[in-house]
Amino acid sequence: MKRLGLAALAGLALAAAASRGAAPDDDPAGILTGGATTVFADGRNAFSFPLATLSDEERTRFAVGNSFFRRNWVEAPSSTAARDGLGPHFIARSCGGCHVQDGRGAPPDATRRPPEAPVALLMRLSVPGLGEHGDVRPEPVYGDQFNPAAVPGVRPEGRVTIRVEPVAGRFADGTRYRLMRPVYGFAELGYGPMAADVLVGPRIAPQLAGVGLLEAIPEAEILKNAADQAAAGGPVRGQPNRVWDDLAGERRLGRFGWKANVATLAQQTAGAFVGDIGITSARHPQPPCTAAQADCRAAPGGGRDGGPEIDERTLGDVVFYQAMLAPAARRRADDPRVQRGQALFHAAGCAACHRPSYVTGESPFPALASPKLAGQRIHPYTDLLLHDLGEGLADGRPDFQASGRQWKTPPLWGLGLIRGVNGHQRLLHDGRADGVLEAVLWHGGEAEPARQHVLRLNRAERDALVRFVESL
Amino acid sequence: MNKRQFLQAGAAAIAALALGPARADGVDPGAVARHYAVLVQAGYDDTLASALALQAAVQAFAAAPAAPALATAREAWRAAREVYGQTEAFRFYGGPIDDGQGPEGRLNAWPLDEAYIDSVRGKPGAGLVNQPKLAITKATLARLNERGGEENISTGWHAIEFMLWGQDFDDAGPGDRSPDDFVDGRAPNADRRRRYLLTVSELLVDDLRRLSAAWAPGVRNYRARFERGGVESVRKMIVGIGSLSRGELAGERMEVALNTQDQEDEHSCFSDNTHRDIVANALGIENVWLGRYARRDGSVLQGASLRELVAARDAALAERVTRQVAASVAAARAIQAPFDREIVGAKDAPGRQRVQKTIDSVVQQSRDFVDAATALGIRRLTLAQP
Repeated sequence: MKRLGLAALAGLALAAAASRGAAPDDDPAGILTGGATTVFADGRNAFSFPLATLSDEERTRFAVGNSFFRRNWVEAPSSTAARDGLGPHFIARSCGGCHVQDGRGAPPDATRRPPEAPVALLMRLSVPGLGEHGDVRPEPVYGDQFNPAAVPGVRPEGRVTIRVEPVAGRFADGTRYRLMRPVYGFAELGYGPMAADVLVGPRIAPQLAGVGLLEAIPEAEILKNAADQAAAGGPVRGQPNRVWDDLAGERRLGRFGWKANVATLAQQTAGAFVGDIGITSARHPQPPCTAAQADCRAAPGGGRDGGPEIDERTLGDVVFYQAMLAPAARRRADDPRVQRGQALFHAAGCAACHRPSYVTGESPFPALASPKLAGQRIHPYTDLLLHDLGEGLADGRPDFQASGRQWKTPPLWGLGLIRGVNGHQRLLHDGRADGVLEAVLWHGGEAEPARQHVLRLNRAERDALVRFVESL
Repeated sequence: MNKRQFLQAGAAAIAALALGPARADGVDPGAVARHYAVLVQAGYDDTLASALALQAAVQAFAAAPAAPALATAREAWRAAREVYGQTEAFRFYGGPIDDGQGPEGRLNAWPLDEAYIDSVRGKPGAGLVNQPKLAITKATLARLNERGGEENISTGWHAIEFMLWGQDFDDAGPGDRSPDDFVDGRAPNADRRRRYLLTVSELLVDDLRRLSAAWAPGVRNYRARFERGGVESVRKMIVGIGSLSRGELAGERMEVALNTQDQEDEHSCFSDNTHRDIVANALGIENVWLGRYARRDGSVLQGASLRELVAARDAALAERVTRQVAASVAAARAIQAPFDREIVGAKDAPGRQRVQKTIDSVVQQSRDFVDAATALGIRRLTLAQP
């Protein structure tokens, strides 16, 4: 009887949410980016609010998860037992180190002397071939990602070097543009040379608002995107990535990461804790030290009694926290230039991959999410599929079923808020594009016709297109 | 949402449609927004004045580091926090304090990893102070703030706090950094430590000056636009006090600390001033609701208020909110120092119950603010009607 009562209540909440504006009829311009969960926020805190509909208990858990998200972990042994166990190798000391204010990272300023070390830009490493679960084969000496930092007594893996090469072009109206192509290298390698056939994939930390809703998009809808694109017979042919999920113990549809190489937030978070900060968990009981890194393997761990450095409950709170970050409402949707940009967006074919909207379903792990995520009309502007974007963007590093030229369509929601939160608008997988238009101009491959369309736009039209994307 | 609340929300929506934009005798959204601007300006001007007093005390201490001058600087810091804490009610709607260019992260970011700034117990070489190659300038410290981690805080109130108090190892009281840390020959990099303290104090004053200018009357600035904003400006006021209530004050500053029972989760952990931070926040929220502010010089500003605006629609609701925000201030005043001891113990520990009582009251007032907004026909918030 008690269970029935709860189900009835949940049903009432859903009906109420729909009547409050989650239905498309009530919100034709898609102002409520996340349906009833939407917050009306901008400025520095725009990505940091929890779903508007969260209960008080859920808000408390959100706050606790947030504290572990942004706190610095320290090297063992330390007096701060709660956050002990940094490294031995690491990239950042906290989640918030790269996702500052839950926002997006930027590459370092390549013109600064002496060069700055990248913070929110990490380098994934592998060698050709497939691993046990169809995943990548790590580089034998440095593992599956490069760690430029280490605790005292352990060698850092080295330093990332970046130089940029200009790529010039012009629009049909004669306006010139110049893009910057980054070229990556490594210096001061701590454990000798890398494998000759190493594959390097640069990855910038994306903003997080809305990830819980993305996780709740029904898989059937994503597969339908692929079927619809195939049926259209054009150049756009998205493919789902199928990836191994530790927590689920099976292959699942990939949704997160620049190549959709991760299926769930829980997997992504546990992976980032161990890979980026060096914090072990039940799923990843060992820090990622390779056989060649004796000092790394000998360094003390921070877990109590040999256990993991982050317990399951705390890890769950951090996953929950991220899943609850709310997308902010659209801004300036009634501006005629924004509306013109919206028409151009569709005319150029952008929406073929950047699919505007969905109705969410259930989250994969109810204990790590809120029922408030379900049944919402959301507007993320992605198909969550892989697309070949051409040689210009390719990193040449396959990941599960994603090829070296394929990238997952990133959602566009919140893009206009990055400047306010993080003071920049560096886009694409390694932040090479400065602003929306540069990001469009980097598109090739399946998106080449769309890029050609944009090249033919005049200045006012280009401006309108950018305004539309920034209104999302 | 239960059924009764759902029906109430619906009824409120119908009322809003019937009445049109909120307006009462002599109190309309424009008047409320204009008076709010007066409060904000006074709040930032008072903060600036108290920060200048802090800067003067810091300069005197740096010129001749000794215990009495350090005590004076600490008192000046505490006094300034009383004022600044009240201005936090002006955050969270993307105004001058925290729009894209806003200085909030430079002014009041916390928690702070003290080892990012200076040596800590067991790590004598830690921190920016002990990197002689790094030039200590306002630009450098501003650029390094939050770099590589949200706890990598190099600037603001809490950086100054750490400089003045040092780490807190005393269960009964705050940190007690020796003035010798700033005396050449008695501590490594004492000159750089002095430079650091002077530089962050100057940066704090710079940022507060800009806030004051953004809210100055009679010029083309944020305030001028805000005063013309009507109901939208009232919406911002409610977003500010609602978000401070629920997310920041209840959530980040009290619930997390209760959950971890860890000094690291205490807002002003070096000075043990957290109990006053909480009171100042609660008072700042009450100021906005009542349209009232007791200035640093003892004078009181009073004018068109949210309370009156809501009362014109629903007098009982306005009265309920007024009682709740007063209860929050009273509950906050009952929290005892040091906060890092107050949060420790079993669920029935008196300290934890005092903190929990404040949390409960502040959470309730955040719900009340949503009701108040609904009564005014305002929907676009960061909290939904539960």
